[in-house]
Amino acid sequence: MIWLELAIIQRALIGCLLAGFLTGLIGVFVVRMRLSAIGYSMSHGAFAGAALGVAASVNPLLTAMCFSSATALLIGPVADKARLHADTVTSIAFPLNMALAFIFLTLSPQIGLSSEVASVLWGSVISMTNSDMVYMTSLCAAALALIHFFWKELFAIMFNRKLAEADGINTKPFVYFIIFLIGLVVTFSLKLVGGLLIFALLFNPASSALQFLHDMKKIVIVSPAIGAITCISGLLVSLVLDVPIGSCIVLVSTLIFAFSVLLSPKRKRKEVKP
Amino acid sequence: MDSIIRLENVSTIYEGERRPAIRGVELTLNQNELVYVVGPNAAGKTTLLETINGLLPRFKGRVVVFGLDVRVRGREVRREIGYVPQDFMVEPGEPYTALDVVLMGRYGKIGVLHRPDENDLGKIMEAMRLMGMDKLANRPVGKLSGGQQQKVMIARALAKEPKILLLDEPFSNLDPESRERIPALISRVHEKQQMTTIIVTHDVHQMLKQCRRVVVMNNGRIVADETPEKALSILEKPPGLHSMEETL
Repeated sequence: MIWLELAIIQRALIGCLLAGFLTGLIGVFVVRMRLSAIGYSMSHGAFAGAALGVAASVNPLLTAMCFSSATALLIGPVADKARLHADTVTSIAFPLNMALAFIFLTLSPQIGLSSEVASVLWGSVISMTNSDMVYMTSLCAAALALIHFFWKELFAIMFNRKLAEADGINTKPFVYFIIFLIGLVVTFSLKLVGGLLIFALLFNPASSALQFLHDMKKIVIVSPAIGAITCISGLLVSLVLDVPIGSCIVLVSTLIFAFSVLLSPKRKRKEVKP
Repeated sequence: MDSIIRLENVSTIYEGERRPAIRGVELTLNQNELVYVVGPNAAGKTTLLETINGLLPRFKGRVVVFGLDVRVRGREVRREIGYVPQDFMVEPGEPYTALDVVLMGRYGKIGVLHRPDENDLGKIMEAMRLMGMDKLANRPVGKLSGGQQQKVMIARALAKEPKILLLDEPFSNLDPESRERIPALISRVHEKQQMTTIIVTHDVHQMLKQCRRVVVMNNGRIVADETPEKALSILEKPPGLHSMEETL
């Protein structure tokens, strides 16, 4: 029995490490490209998708990915074609996804907070499987490789998209690529943190790193590290206090962000003189 | 002489607006021409620059740069244009050094999946030296003063080794010494690299020293395309710029 528990905790620790790393990494782009509203909608899209999966007794990961990708498509290319501001589409997509999620959860055959429903809502340590680990590790490798190859273009877009266009960079495919990556990261981290709280992991580690560092390359290294530390600390707190893991992770990440703001050297320095 | 920039009856409208920001603009610039564009606020000067480099796709008429239709091959065209936007300021906390910002100017030219090499770094350091910013290369750009940031943006445009230079109010935040030095320096670089340069400015006295052609804009139209002296006399005519069209 103790071995079984150890295996679960081991998987949860690795899951936390990977999910924290991934959300911290992709969060840098969410914050710097001002995609917060999009990330927010996509995380709730994934939540609605996972809820449908639970209700229909199909793999929630698959349905979460479909919903999250559909939200990304709706907010990205469709909004562009329809000449709608991303904010407008986001404002429509967010409540729609939440409404769908709650309808799907109500339709669930196991009404009440079964472990699967609970994991979609709040996140769950025991929900992580070996295949989740494999998916997340592959996603980590793919995200790192692609960011490495296209770093130059992503760096320029994060500085200013209009200037990047003025320099002859085709910014659209890179922005869509990041939106798609957000969808995947959210989907794979959903089980651990839960659909209602996953967004905090996309936003808080990157925002905390930005309080301290003036070098974008360092931020891209430090933010995933903060994400991983946040998730592992949240997991430990959740095990000790026996409360949902997602809530603990969000509390830890909010605390880290609050301390970052309080201690930020950027808020103390005066203008540099030549 | 072959024209480098040609605008044929161009009207550009912003999304959600009813009235075009520029209307019926006809303009031709040859290689190595230095043209100042002057006019009151909302005359359409910035719109003119951003229509030329294809950043504003909603226009009627035809914009041809290097013989290429900007509507179709805008990105290709923009790789050869150095652009300094108006009042571009970076927030103090932004995680970019002055060097990063100047280097980014060359990214479009370097191309996807390629990395900046020694040659690129040499070009950006040369541009920064020219602007007197080489010693501040590793400072966070947001911590620099408005004038220093403006020099970084000019260095960024020059580091690209563009065939066309589009500068939108590039001297507005400079100190008096730099306001004398930088326009003369740009003029020299323009001559040396045989660029076609358009500078939008409010400083009508600067244009007298630096160029032979001035385009005067008002209410979205080109109302004069003259020598600096003639342009100055038009600009100084009462009752002021807003009624310049009637005056002409």
